[in-house]
Amino acid sequence: MSNEIQSIVDRYDSDRTRLMDMLWDVQKQQGHISDKAQAQLAQALNMSSDDVSETLTFYHFFLNKSFGKHQVYLCNTVIAKMNGYHDVRKALEQEIGCSFNSVDDSGVIGLGDANCIGLSDQEPAMMVDDVVFTRLTPAKVKEIISQLRQGKSPEEIANPGAIANTELAYVEAIVDANLRTDSIVLFKPNRDYKAILQTCLDNYIPEEVIEMISDSNLKGRGGAGFPTGLKWQFGREAEGEEKYIICNADEGEPGTFKDRVLLSHSPKDVLLGMIAAAYAIGSRYGIIYLRAEYWYIKEFLQQQIEDFRDQGLLGKQILGKDFEFDIRIQMGAGAYVCGDETALIESCEGKRGTPRVKPPYPIQQGYLGMPTSVNNVETLACASRIIEKGAAWFSDMGTEDSTGTRLLSVSGDCEKPGIYEIEWGATLNEVMTMIGAVDPRYVQISGPAGDSLSVEQDGEREFCYSDLSCNGSLMVFDHTRDILEIVRDYSEFFVEESCGICVPCRAGGVDLMHKMERIIAGRGTEQDLEEITTWSNLLKGTSRCGLGTAAPNPILATMDKFPEIYAEKLVVQKGPLLPSFDMEEALSAHELAVKKLMKEEV
Amino acid sequence: MSHSHNKNEILSHELPATPLDPKIKAERDAKIQVAMMGLCGCWGCTLSFLDMDERILGLLDKVAITRSSFTDVKRIPHRCTIGFVEGGVANSENIEILEEYRENCDILISVGACAVWGGVPAMRNVVPLEECFVEAYVESPTAVPGAKKVIPFHEDLPIITTKVLPLHEVVKIDYFIPGCPPDGDAIIKVLDDFVHGRGFDLPTEMNRYD
Amino acid sequence: MSIKLTIDGKEVHARSGENIIDVASQNGVYIPSLCYVKGKPCLGTCRTCSVKVNGRVMAACTMPVADGMEIEVNDDAEIVDMRKALVELLFSEGNHNCPSCEKSGRCELQATGYEVDMMVSRFPYRFTPRVVDHASKTVFLQRDRCIFCQRCVDMVRDERTGKKIFSIKGRGTHSSIEIDAELANDMTPQQVRYASDLCPVGCIIDKTQGYDDPIGQRKFEIKSIKDRALEKEHR
Repeated sequence: MSNEIQSIVDRYDSDRTRLMDMLWDVQKQQGHISDKAQAQLAQALNMSSDDVSETLTFYHFFLNKSFGKHQVYLCNTVIAKMNGYHDVRKALEQEIGCSFNSVDDSGVIGLGDANCIGLSDQEPAMMVDDVVFTRLTPAKVKEIISQLRQGKSPEEIANPGAIANTELAYVEAIVDANLRTDSIVLFKPNRDYKAILQTCLDNYIPEEVIEMISDSNLKGRGGAGFPTGLKWQFGREAEGEEKYIICNADEGEPGTFKDRVLLSHSPKDVLLGMIAAAYAIGSRYGIIYLRAEYWYIKEFLQQQIEDFRDQGLLGKQILGKDFEFDIRIQMGAGAYVCGDETALIESCEGKRGTPRVKPPYPIQQGYLGMPTSVNNVETLACASRIIEKGAAWFSDMGTEDSTGTRLLSVSGDCEKPGIYEIEWGATLNEVMTMIGAVDPRYVQISGPAGDSLSVEQDGEREFCYSDLSCNGSLMVFDHTRDILEIVRDYSEFFVEESCGICVPCRAGGVDLMHKMERIIAGRGTEQDLEEITTWSNLLKGTSRCGLGTAAPNPILATMDKFPEIYAEKLVVQKGPLLPSFDMEEALSAHELAVKKLMKEEV
Repeated sequence: MSHSHNKNEILSHELPATPLDPKIKAERDAKIQVAMMGLCGCWGCTLSFLDMDERILGLLDKVAITRSSFTDVKRIPHRCTIGFVEGGVANSENIEILEEYRENCDILISVGACAVWGGVPAMRNVVPLEECFVEAYVESPTAVPGAKKVIPFHEDLPIITTKVLPLHEVVKIDYFIPGCPPDGDAIIKVLDDFVHGRGFDLPTEMNRYD
Repeated sequence: MSIKLTIDGKEVHARSGENIIDVASQNGVYIPSLCYVKGKPCLGTCRTCSVKVNGRVMAACTMPVADGMEIEVNDDAEIVDMRKALVELLFSEGNHNCPSCEKSGRCELQATGYEVDMMVSRFPYRFTPRVVDHASKTVFLQRDRCIFCQRCVDMVRDERTGKKIFSIKGRGTHSSIEIDAELANDMTPQQVRYASDLCPVGCIIDKTQGYDDPIGQRKFEIKSIKDRALEKEHR
């Protein structure tokens, strides 16, 4: 075995649950993870090579063959497509000199697609290795590629001032924060974390921390809205040799980017929230599962953890108490489904990110089979404020069932895309005004998995758990946008991101996408709409996790909100042939093949 | 009907024939007209149609069989109540015939694996048509040595479809009898049920895919 | 602890902790499944055991029974059709050419198709090209027929090292079933038989044996998959 692989395996004590880290280390070192490297890893970990490949091939950014010295992934969201994506795409192909999903002749640059990379407020955007470039234009692409060709690293191009990657200024050199509102709960500057934690540990036993969180009525900000206090209470009561806190920083829902800004501008809020959770539950280990699209935040975040260790807020005997807790960062590798907490746990254990069957729930049996509290980044940041300011302070904000604030990641047709902190209870119309939406018609909230709103019909609805229970993503579309095409794009997204473990999502998602294509092509009938509804219910009812159950949402919701755009496209069958039957396509291949083959013969 | 009818051709049912006895004709016209046609398949399902054997005799006072392997006329001469079709759609002629059946049958039934999902002919669907042609005509092991390689393509010949299609992806199909081929028992059951006004019901034990 | 619940309106007794599939079959109600193997950890991949529990759709294999549950298996037309639709999805997703398949007559997917009265798939047949893997000396993988149930991945291991012999590569529609040829070469004839019998379809095929039983005398022709499932459970 090569020394390199052996030292990587040793770095993680030959622990196969750390396979994700080992794969990243190999890829960082060798550019990709060759069959040989996989075999060596497998041998060292007593796995079959295929078993290593099983994990590797699940993730978009792990490479089992060379994909150039630098990898360029252009983000292909609907928001990007509204902002010059197609020109940028062409420019990339032209400048790099290869088409997508291939490597240029010199083997220097590989070009591929990526789903939402958390930059919807500054698209078109692309990843190049560990950094990103935003607000792309063909000219900018030309410049970046030319510098890469001259041998500059992507970091040097993105960060010409050579700021250390442990500094916030490094992150800010690469992306804009676009924080549009003043702090209410989150992004509070100049907090004395040590004093806050000291006060908390001195004055409250774990049960009282849980009580405080329960009294604040804080609910999970990932979207499901489960009461955080209750989750922590279950965690406290659950039996296990170890207990774990996982911070879910895998925000992959298209249009969401609040965690990117929280982790770069208020990272210690999040860390403090994790510490509070650990204290409450009785956990010694925490993991931040950071999506690979945020590599450029990783070293900065790691530095924040180091700072806390130095200050005695992490480690053994935290602030002199009999309380031990530390945090590691687990990098993801490109899989939307890992936003599901059980899939995320599987990934943390070095496996494919397939959602587990439930029950049992992670709070009973999670990471390594032990009770695990998986909390959203924003939830933890809120918790850090609640232990500082008290439950009443928090619950006085918002509405009765939805206390505190909500971060909105706003993108699309508005003057000021970016991050907004609103108190729960704000109406859609109020938000539209705040963000400077221009002639808005359709708003997709909580990403494709969420709900589709008509500004005309839903303008007075409120953001709160009992009405618009939004996970923060807000994509705004004006009257010029092609809603059917947006919806089709969303259904394609779900097909690409389906883990494939259950039948309805893996297979049914494709059929739903094809139905959308049929309708857009003007070959759909009333019966197709009926089948869309039935098939959607099949996915919603029988899928194993939230991805499959949510996949039909954009179609069903837009059919409900904008029935006229579907009706316009429908046709009525004339004659015996089905409108869906494409005679021209069915009879085209013969002649094409003959022409091609007979030409070759001559 | 969409297919063009060349004036220089005479179809079999248009050939001069001795007129039927009016009484017999009237009786026959009053019966339930049944046809069975094959498209791209092996005609095994039409053999199963024949496997109804003497059981068909019990239905003949109610049923008239027009185009089928019993009669061998080429087209359905008039409107039918029930049309059975075996075989998938693999060329332009199949499409024309299927259109004709859909237009002229009250109830259209897909019979057998090829009609239901493409069957054995559809095994070519996982290979691009071009490669199929290469295998069949260019690099065919049975090609005459030295002969010019020709891929048939002429206005008088049907055009091969890009993929073999199940019938219900081209026209509306009312019912399906799977099997490769289905048993004569299944066909007589379905026919008998329709003749006696019971509607389509293929019981679980008669359903088979091979 | 003994609990009471209803299945299709009929009151039945069960022990808590048992799953719905088992409790139903103990009480003469067949729920189809293509991934569940009694006594093995639940895979929850095929979803064809979907039933309604207190009005909500649940997979019967992963759901433990609870006191007072109202379970609908056959009484609700929608759930009956959902199970049928899931089987149909599998038939259109893969290339299931029963007439040419060695497993025909012993195939659980085919047998389940009969039980849900599938005549045709309502979903467009896809004809996705999938490559056969015949590298191992003992079995070959006819990937056209794989339904990604994951039984082989989870339940067949190298007896000496505990390593996976079968695994999944890729994600979603790009998934494929893989076999470690070297490990597969070391499989005993008994293990080969176990793996090929465990496969609910004709994907894992024993290279040394085939077409043993004449048509008419094959496994599910002698006794249907439903009768077998219920017989196993009959108290």
